[in-house]
Amino acid sequence: MSHPADTSIVVENVTKSFSLRYQRTFKQLTVAKLQGRETNKRFKALDDVSFSVSQGESIGLMGLNGSGKSTLLKLVQGVMRPDSGQVLTRGRISGLIATGAGFHPQLTGRDNIYLNAAVLGMGEQETRRKFDDIVEFADVGEFLDSPVGNYSSGMFARLGFAVAVHVDCDIFLADEVLAVGDQPFKKKCMARMEEIRKSGRTLFYVSHAAGSVRKMCDRVIVLEKGRVGFDGAVDAGIKYVKYDSDEEQNPDEELGADI
Amino acid sequence: MTEAQPVRVVDAPLLPASHDQGLVEVFRRRYLLKLLVRREITARYSGSFLGMLWSYINPLSQFAVYYFVMGVLFNLHEDIPNFPLHMFSAIIVVHFFTETFAAGTRSIMRNKALVRKMAMPREMFPVASMLVSLFHVLPQVVILVIAAVVSGWTPDAVGMMYALLAIAVIMLLGTALALMFSVANVFFRDFGSFVGILTMYVRFGVPMIYPFTMVEERFGRFADYYLLNPIADAVLLFQRAFWVGTSRDVSREEMIVDHMPDGLLMHGMVALGVSAALLVVAQLVFTRLENKIPERLT
Repeated sequence: MSHPADTSIVVENVTKSFSLRYQRTFKQLTVAKLQGRETNKRFKALDDVSFSVSQGESIGLMGLNGSGKSTLLKLVQGVMRPDSGQVLTRGRISGLIATGAGFHPQLTGRDNIYLNAAVLGMGEQETRRKFDDIVEFADVGEFLDSPVGNYSSGMFARLGFAVAVHVDCDIFLADEVLAVGDQPFKKKCMARMEEIRKSGRTLFYVSHAAGSVRKMCDRVIVLEKGRVGFDGAVDAGIKYVKYDSDEEQNPDEELGADI
Repeated sequence: MTEAQPVRVVDAPLLPASHDQGLVEVFRRRYLLKLLVRREITARYSGSFLGMLWSYINPLSQFAVYYFVMGVLFNLHEDIPNFPLHMFSAIIVVHFFTETFAAGTRSIMRNKALVRKMAMPREMFPVASMLVSLFHVLPQVVILVIAAVVSGWTPDAVGMMYALLAIAVIMLLGTALALMFSVANVFFRDFGSFVGILTMYVRFGVPMIYPFTMVEERFGRFADYYLLNPIADAVLLFQRAFWVGTSRDVSREEMIVDHMPDGLLMHGMVALGVSAALLVVAQLVFTRLENKIPERLT
């Protein structure tokens, strides 16, 4: 199967299921088998999902909790593999998923920046070049050389965020990250996301906040119980998930208060 | 959203999001590997007063126990020329192996946060564990060499080649087992406990606290089966390198004839081959099971 040269992400008939295991130990398993109870059950997180994204598009991925958004994002990110179907991506991926994952609490902020950048695929030169920008964005001040275990949760998140947004990527994934951080930082983040979008990168934004999706995205995909329920224009998509009705009651939503 | 956007042309092929090339990918991303190894070394002993010294206290205390029990109590001193060095050279090899095996087995569980959320070759963690253990071998070898030189030992080319062969065998074998057990440990924590038992067998299954001559005496031609154990071969190779030649009474040649098996090099090469083959198998097992890692790591 061939795809146009500007294709950024292809998701083809992707299914991913997880097993819910009720019993784990030998004893529990034996007892359950003897009583004829179920010991294993499959749960389809994604069910035959297909779509493709061109380079530079920004997609808002919406849906209720448990509809498979995070699983889909993990498949695109490459952390998980689909059970069937395929996920293809072009270029380097970075994103605000699990920012700060893999930060080692005993290492200093400085060491963690280098390590995290390397995990995200940056080389030594590239990290060195961007180091000052990252530090400035993270705004951790004199804590840079103390172990991140001592950081406040806001500082921790800022540091992770700072590294992620400085990766020179082609696809940018963002998963309800703006819940942490204070208002000024949220503003800074939204501005940075806007910049990323304008630079022609593919943006994949998971959010419940209709306001920020409307601002950031030019296409919405809605997942419903692991299937694509809607794929199309932003306003129609937001209407589809019925998030537009409570827009007025949520003063925070312009900044993407993802809860 | 109709404003003109710059077109970003991505000069890269469309690839599966989770492309796996296993160990090959690990060595392609050497920079990340280097940082992981460095992190492991600094983090392992952070918060401890003695720090890195612990990696010497452990083998040295083992040395002390075996020396008194085996050497002094059981009188093995007299049968083996320079018994302490016989034992210490073996301890280095065994300790390298058991550290790689044990730390490697825990490596994926320990790095849960990274494994569950970041896209990177997961073979990285067992390999990093092996390299951290290798890093600790170096100073131990320095101590060994000093002790050997004091006893009148001089290096010989063949011996040095044997030492490198021994290290290579343990590197491959340790990585292979660490790969298999690290992923198995995600599914059932039982494998972690199993490692402890295996480690004990390894300590007694190599000519460390007893000489190889004793094996030959008791088992006769069955001693060949004993030599099928790659770790035993590695220990003998290492002893050939650093222990042979440390006696003032017995010449190097005599020690080789008396205490080393015939065709040691051949056994070493076979051990290397077996370890390499096992590494290939381990990679296949790892690739098969790796899929399920993120959901099983809870």
